[in-house]
Amino acid sequence: MATLKINGEQKTFDAADDTPLLWVLRDVLGMTGTKFGCGIAQCGACTVHLDGKAVRSCVLPVGAVKDRAITTIEGVGDSTAGAKVQKAWLDLEVIQCGYCQSGQIMSAAALLAATPKPDDADIDAAMAGNICRCGTYVRIRAAIKRAASEG
Amino acid sequence: MSGVRRVLGVGAVAAAVVAAGVAWWLRGPGPTAFAEGPTVALADYRGTNPTGVPAALAQASLVERGEYLARAADCMVCHTAKGGKEFAGGLAFALPFGTLYSTNITPDKDTGIGGYSNQDFLNALHRGVRKDGARLYPAMSYTSYTYMTDADALAIKAYLFSLPPVRATPPANTLGFPFNQRWAMGFWSAVFNADTRFEPNTAKSPEWNRGAYLAEALAHCGECHTPRNIAFAMDNRAKFAGAVTGGWRAFNISSDSSTGVGAWREEELVSYLSTGHAAGRGTASGPMGEAVDHSFSRMAPEDIRAMVVYLKSVPAVASSDLPAAPAPAAPASHKEGGGAALAQGKKIFEGACASCHGWTGESPVSPFATITGSWAVNDPAATNVAQIVISGTARHTPQGVLSMPAFGKIYSDTEIAAVANYVTARFGAKGAQLTEKDIVSLRKQAAE
Amino acid sequence: MTVIERASVAPSRRSLLTGSLAGGFLLAFHLPVRGADGPARTPDAPDGKFAPNAFIRIDNAGETTLVMPQVEMGQGIYTAVAMILAEELDADFAQVTLAHAPPNDKLYGNPLFGLQATGGSTSVRAFWQPLRKAGAGARAQLIQAAAEQWQVDAASCTASRGQVIHAASGRTLGYGALAEAASKQTPPQEPKLKDSKNFFLIGKPLRRFDTPDKTNGKATYGIDVMLPGMKFATLAQCPVFGGKVGKVDDSAAKKIQGVRQIVVLDDLVAVVGDHMWAAKKGLEALVVTWDEGANAAVSSKDIWENLRAASAKDGAVAKSTGDIAKGLASGEKVEADFELPFLAHATMEPLNCVVRFGPDSCEIWTGTQIMTRVQSEAAKAAGLPVDKVTVTNHVLGGGFGRKLEPDMVVAAVRIAKQVDMPIKVVWTREEDMQHDVYRPVYRDTISASLSGGKIAAWKYRVTGSAILARWLPPAFQKGIDADGVDAAVDIPYEIPNLHIEYVRAEPPAVPTGFWRGVGPNNNVFAIESFMDELARKVGKDPIAFRRDMLTKQPRFLAALDLVAEKSGWGKPLPARVGRGVCLQPAFASFIATVVEAEVDSAGEVKLRRIVTAVDTGIAVNPNTIEAQLQGGLIFGLTAALYGDITIDKGRVQQSNFNDYRMLRIDEVPPIEVHLIKSGEAPGGIGETGTTAGPPALRNAIYAATGVALRRLPIDRTLIASGKKS
Ligand code: FES
Ligand code: FES
Repeated sequence: MATLKINGEQKTFDAADDTPLLWVLRDVLGMTGTKFGCGIAQCGACTVHLDGKAVRSCVLPVGAVKDRAITTIEGVGDSTAGAKVQKAWLDLEVIQCGYCQSGQIMSAAALLAATPKPDDADIDAAMAGNICRCGTYVRIRAAIKRAASEG
Repeated sequence: MSGVRRVLGVGAVAAAVVAAGVAWWLRGPGPTAFAEGPTVALADYRGTNPTGVPAALAQASLVERGEYLARAADCMVCHTAKGGKEFAGGLAFALPFGTLYSTNITPDKDTGIGGYSNQDFLNALHRGVRKDGARLYPAMSYTSYTYMTDADALAIKAYLFSLPPVRATPPANTLGFPFNQRWAMGFWSAVFNADTRFEPNTAKSPEWNRGAYLAEALAHCGECHTPRNIAFAMDNRAKFAGAVTGGWRAFNISSDSSTGVGAWREEELVSYLSTGHAAGRGTASGPMGEAVDHSFSRMAPEDIRAMVVYLKSVPAVASSDLPAAPAPAAPASHKEGGGAALAQGKKIFEGACASCHGWTGESPVSPFATITGSWAVNDPAATNVAQIVISGTARHTPQGVLSMPAFGKIYSDTEIAAVANYVTARFGAKGAQLTEKDIVSLRKQAAE
Repeated sequence: MTVIERASVAPSRRSLLTGSLAGGFLLAFHLPVRGADGPARTPDAPDGKFAPNAFIRIDNAGETTLVMPQVEMGQGIYTAVAMILAEELDADFAQVTLAHAPPNDKLYGNPLFGLQATGGSTSVRAFWQPLRKAGAGARAQLIQAAAEQWQVDAASCTASRGQVIHAASGRTLGYGALAEAASKQTPPQEPKLKDSKNFFLIGKPLRRFDTPDKTNGKATYGIDVMLPGMKFATLAQCPVFGGKVGKVDDSAAKKIQGVRQIVVLDDLVAVVGDHMWAAKKGLEALVVTWDEGANAAVSSKDIWENLRAASAKDGAVAKSTGDIAKGLASGEKVEADFELPFLAHATMEPLNCVVRFGPDSCEIWTGTQIMTRVQSEAAKAAGLPVDKVTVTNHVLGGGFGRKLEPDMVVAAVRIAKQVDMPIKVVWTREEDMQHDVYRPVYRDTISASLSGGKIAAWKYRVTGSAILARWLPPAFQKGIDADGVDAAVDIPYEIPNLHIEYVRAEPPAVPTGFWRGVGPNNNVFAIESFMDELARKVGKDPIAFRRDMLTKQPRFLAALDLVAEKSGWGKPLPARVGRGVCLQPAFASFIATVVEAEVDSAGEVKLRRIVTAVDTGIAVNPNTIEAQLQGGLIFGLTAALYGDITIDKGRVQQSNFNDYRMLRIDEVPPIEVHLIKSGEAPGGIGETGTTAGPPALRNAIYAATGVALRRLPIDRTLIASGKKS
């Protein structure tokens, strides 16, 4: 049995150290908001925060997490940046199928937390690792700017 | 004898002398000649026997001992094609003068080495001569294996003969004239193959001797890490100073303190050899990654240590093209730090690379993916950076398989050059200036 | 969507046929609607009182449930369908709850296909009238019930926001109070539909119902379904299409922590584990010797040779007007051929399916575009009668046509049959990409003759897979694949002599199917690319050239003129920058698109700006229309720039996003969408952007460099060579 601190709660689980965090979240803990898209850190669907920074949980061995704080899409709304991003996402109706959007929102929230007033280059640098097959990029960019301009 | 004849005769003698001189000069010193102190035949050596298997395997069967030695000699990697059966050959070696394919060394009678006698096997391993008398090309490292004892070589044979025979004929080589004239390799061998067994150095510790035997006769480090002369033979005057082999750069592993491994702590070398990674020093990939996975990581700890002791004794030779020290971590902001102006490379990096390698070069997911401090990103030729982008890597680490996907199919030569230039500019001491043409050439060299 | 799992109640035959709720309606999952900012509400139990048709349920508390015949895969259809129903019903939109429809072709079949399928940009087009009638009919019954109660003339009553109103007396009655009485009214034969000027929902950019739960991780996709005691499986099929399992050595796989069971079937192997990681590691540790079968030597080269040979033959004539032979003989003749590669769908949500077997039942949870086919194919695989198989659909993490196939469900059922517990089968991205049902390779050959600056004759032959012949056999008639020539026969230009042919040519080994944009993808690329070449031949501006042949096409003309104006068409551009146009005859919408792109000397292409003008008839939800066009354009441009599935030794060479490239945010320029107001019936929209992007980009490259590309994906080496063909 091992423990993880997820969205402020201590969770215990049973899985080998080399298991990527993604599968512990989804299959062991039943937290399915974090998505599986590629398994090779190329799409960003599995993005979570580790001590506030965006990381790809599909390539992060759970044994390497230790006591760092994990935030997932289920908990990101509790942070100021996360809540702003979620609101902007709805205000601008960013989402299409939505499957990539947990990851997009996590990446955007980490960006805003670190860079409250991102310019286009900042958005590119933070968001280019997140693929959206539905092609919501235009609205993602607009929504990040909207979130940044609110407060 | 007429005057003319005499002149001709003298000329011939002179030419022969010059040729011999050139050959002698080209041949240069042997691999362990740098070490001072007398050497003796193995039989006369009083120290612990530097050959054979580690103590734990002393009582093991011939086949088991052979298996250990075959791993230490890393036979499998070269004799297995991508996706092919182990030891059945067919791996391509793209050389400047054509492509060679490794042979089937399973005990199949028709297509493998099933018909080899002990002497046939020794002839191949020590002298580069096939059972049918044909000469092998030195892509087969017999100029290193020649230092192996008969006993060890035959243990390897016993192991290979214990494997299931595989019927498989590798593709025909595609060497052009004159390189397709195998007989000519006889002359080459006469000059460049010492055809002699390992001789311990009595002035050195038994550990050093064990390390020397492992590194030279089995692991054949020099085949990649020692530069080659114009005759394509290892030039031990610059022993372990690094070279480009198969399109990948094998870095300087001489004891030079800035561009070699002179400043590496012993623990770091041990860790690098046995896991393919040492914190802050980078991660083995490409051919070295394979050597770690299939060979070093499966060797006894005392053997790894012995090799490290030996490695540390190799004289320093500096690589003048490398910076005095690897660059520190890049700034966290994508806007600061090197490469800012390299828009095309940055674009690829932010999409495909940043999530694993981070903007600082220190990976948020695994120390194995940290590129800060590695020679690869500090090499202004960016050879290995470009190669790993093209073909990726899959390393079997204690934490499971760690891999980087291959991007060679989706990025054009221009784009790969751009990302390699960006990565070296941002994370290394000096940005590379690769062009599309360089990538074409690198792809060719590494083609399998 | 907060999705609340309910015990599934199998519908009785009668209840399904009558649409009555008496027998219990299969509502395994509800999609409670949120009011503007209100909390999620759970809908009432399924024993409401008023169920006038398959789509509407109103209980006596006024809770209104709208049943969704089409599936939500990002196109916003749940909201659009709800808007249409609620518009005619005059429902209180804040009181509406949505429910996924159960599998039932009779009740929920797509009128254009005759089966319950979502695809081909048909949802709004096909259901526009049926849904309006359903809403209007129910409203009429509610009004009738109120009029009876008040003893007034029904004509003196109106409905609004879930109430019937008698203005003269100031009386009102809520729909809930009227539900029971309304169910006793005879439904009108031809209910009176609203005048569009009275629409209060349709045409408004409304927020979608399904998005709030997609921002917080609560939405449940098929891949997210969790059942008690469930285990996780992943599978591998023979890398060579059509190959079988030979030998399997599972000794190493069994030793992996968390591996539960190894399933070996004739054509696939699967590993069941405590979680996906265990299953995946187990699968990697399995040593499988495949029996590769007949396709082991097939390569892309063979496939292209076959296709080219097939395209040299005459085809079945899909349309012929004027005299093509004579037309081609006069004027200047120009010929070209165009070729499109195989493409994978790569939906963001990899293929998956959850299966639970009971003693004589099989339950399935997945996200599919084709409910009833999934049910019947699953029943076959399970060896059960259809009514013993329940299918619960979920929102889809992308469909794009991939989920018009039932193979992922069939595989899961076959695996689950060997396992004693419920399982979730998830495909790795690699398996998903290498065992797709691919957009087929196509080859189009066009000959045209030009006279007086116009096209005098146009002979167009399409060669490729007949997807309809496999997928909907009755639709394949007289050797013509209606989908394959869809946009070819609908060519908007006035051409006196027109001749369209179709040659069926199935690629060896590779399975083919629908892909976003379907047949028009191919047609529109060939037609619009060739139009630019012809324009150049006669020395005309591409838009002017098109305009001259659209004299009787006001809607196309309007779109073209608007896009010309908004894109700054004709304004000077820097060197190596070009604008390309595409006018799109497909899906009953009228769309003109301009892509502006920059090409460097190495042939690398940078998108600078995209402008599109669209007349899609009545725009039900303008908000979604803009989103669909933007997304569709990106989808199509991704394929044009990078999409290429290649075959070697009978297997797909691509595997994941590292070798099947996707457009990323930093490559996407601003995309402007301009809607043209229209009172016509709505057209399709979900795929239009996809078909418009590639030719517009191709034409921009043509304008920038003079290089006439005729194959996709774009060939950077060819562009760099600067060769003008
Ligand atoms: S699933 Fe982790 S990046 Fe794609
Ligand atoms: S919204 Fe569907 S993949 Fe991004």
